[in-house]
Amino acid sequence: MHPTSARLLNILVPIKRTIDYAVKIRVNPQNTGVDTNVKHSMNPFDEIAVEEAIRQRERNKDAIKSIKVVSIGPPKASEVIRSALAMGADSGIHVEYPDSAPSPEPLAIAKTLKAIIEREAKEKNAPIDLVILGKQAIDDDAGQTGQMLAGLLGWGQATYASKVELDASGKSANVTTEIDGGSQQLKGQLPMVITTDLRLNEPRYASLPNIMKAKKKPVEKLSPSDLGIDLTPLLETIRISEPAKRQAGAKVETVEELVAKLKEAGFKAA
Amino acid sequence: MSRLLTSATPRHLARTRTLMTTTSFTPTQLSIRHSILSLCRTKFPNSYWREADQTSSDPTSFHAAIASAGFLGIALPESYGGAGLGISEATMMMQSIAESGAGMAGAQAIHANVYATQPLLKFASEEMKSEVLPRIVDGSERVCFGVTEPGAGLDTMSLRTTAVRQMGEDGEEVYRISGQKVWTTCAHVADRIILLARTSPREAVSKPSAALSLFCIPLDRTQEGLTMRRIPKMGGRAVDAAEVFFTDYTAHASCLIGGVEGKGWEIVTHGMNAERCLLAGEALGLGYAALERAASYAKEREVFGRPIGKNQGIAHPLAEAWIRLEAAKLATYHAARMYDESTASEASSAVGQQDVDAPTQKEVGVAANSAKYLAAEVAFAACERAVLTHGGMGYAVEYDVERWFRESLVPRIAPVSREMILNFVGEKVLGLPRSY
Repeated sequence: MHPTSARLLNILVPIKRTIDYAVKIRVNPQNTGVDTNVKHSMNPFDEIAVEEAIRQRERNKDAIKSIKVVSIGPPKASEVIRSALAMGADSGIHVEYPDSAPSPEPLAIAKTLKAIIEREAKEKNAPIDLVILGKQAIDDDAGQTGQMLAGLLGWGQATYASKVELDASGKSANVTTEIDGGSQQLKGQLPMVITTDLRLNEPRYASLPNIMKAKKKPVEKLSPSDLGIDLTPLLETIRISEPAKRQAGAKVETVEELVAKLKEAGFKAA
Repeated sequence: MSRLLTSATPRHLARTRTLMTTTSFTPTQLSIRHSILSLCRTKFPNSYWREADQTSSDPTSFHAAIASAGFLGIALPESYGGAGLGISEATMMMQSIAESGAGMAGAQAIHANVYATQPLLKFASEEMKSEVLPRIVDGSERVCFGVTEPGAGLDTMSLRTTAVRQMGEDGEEVYRISGQKVWTTCAHVADRIILLARTSPREAVSKPSAALSLFCIPLDRTQEGLTMRRIPKMGGRAVDAAEVFFTDYTAHASCLIGGVEGKGWEIVTHGMNAERCLLAGEALGLGYAALERAASYAKEREVFGRPIGKNQGIAHPLAEAWIRLEAAKLATYHAARMYDESTASEASSAVGQQDVDAPTQKEVGVAANSAKYLAAEVAFAACERAVLTHGGMGYAVEYDVERWFRESLVPRIAPVSREMILNFVGEKVLGLPRSY
């Protein structure tokens, strides 16, 4: 048994299956969305979040009881859950919606996560102490889910984290976060929500034994209605189009020529 | 899609980018690929392999890293520390190693540990398996494979190394081994050799193959009867290939695999189709690596004010190499899948269930040899084209393509020549008479 009477921590890492970062995005011919028939993988910021949860456990070995990942997505989202389990998470939840359903918006995702967190506390007796998730997903770049979730739960939040120091016994966290022109230090009590930025860590590669173990780790499948959630978007996408092609510029040989051109175009010295 | 990423692409993303399409691979194969590419590209970049090649120094830290990430036991059961996967997964692993930039040198540094343990698994005693396999899996020991001799290459039946069973000085039975092996990869860094040797004179047995036996022998360098000489060679210089000389070398009688003499050939041939598949995968990896490098150079390098890749004289041969690589990939993983199906069906027929649809050994052999042939030829073509695309720079070590080009001769020659594969297909598929 653990020597102290303090309850061990549970970490939840929400992850999203997105179009692979290396794929060149193309608007579909109907102008209703992008072509999704391309390679997908785990949102890179979420990969950093999974890595951070695992590193926290490596640092605070006896203090962290579980790392659970959750993905809200179509059937194939199960692939990114397995990737996270192969990296070292313990178990997963897949809130599945059909391939044909529209992509849910951040608010619906945040509400789903809140429902899961409440369910973990009530039904599983495993209250979540820390949520670590990507600062944004690289598909819609909304960058809202973490903040909305913290708001809905009434928890503290540290967003765009580049360093996380967990004080497991004091149940608090010191977080360095990226802000315009520098960084700031935040200290907050658990439970809290942390969103990850690029500099936080470099995710590991899964070892073969861990890839094999991941196949046997439990993944619970839920539907949005199991959680009493409606994922229907509140916004209607009217049209998606490619950005206009940029016209090629002209090269100038000298500063004088540049100044002359600027004057020609109507610019004046201040 | 986030433009935030283009300015600061995390390093962990760039490492798994490749040209190969990955449709129809299993999630396990893709996880292995992702993990191997990440591991290799982060920890063992091209500079590591350039240096190892130039200085002929063994990639010991690479072998150790692959072992500690648990990959050497990919095709061994969990009871020996392995992952219990098949040749389809092992092929993907070997391809990804080569494709990371490690090339044939990286593949050869661990090849025998993955492949030569298969016959051990099937035929060795429980005692030998539990002694040897876990040590190979965890990387504490390395193994090499000694079949080829100066006078016996593809005509294995004429090999001359002998192993004679005698009573040893301490009253225990031993084998005394004398003879010479050649092209033994990793001999200098290996702790054990899987050795094919003659236990009876050719004329003393009903068929020539019954005179050969397979051994798993500790390489005791303190014995005078063991010497090795490194063979200077064209490519893959990081990994040693040696002449190994045995003169009355003594090994305990328990080193005989399978406990019965005369089974050596049967045991060795058992793993051959698996090795063809692995080699095909390694060739593919090499080809994709070279092609990717060539394509990126052709995009960046400007001559006459435009990228050279705009010239069809540059673009078309690269496009053709990609098409042929993709085709060879399908052939390779088709063969690997057949191998795994036939192995699974052997296992189920052993417990009394026949799978009539399972591929026969001949079908597996045809598929594996064909795949090896195709993959080796296109890998060579891709590497040559990569050098030519680079022009003079292709000849410089710094650009890596000359290293891969030198290595691309290996899968064309080993483990079986192109000509012998054509002979095999001519005879077994087309029903033509044998020429040799």
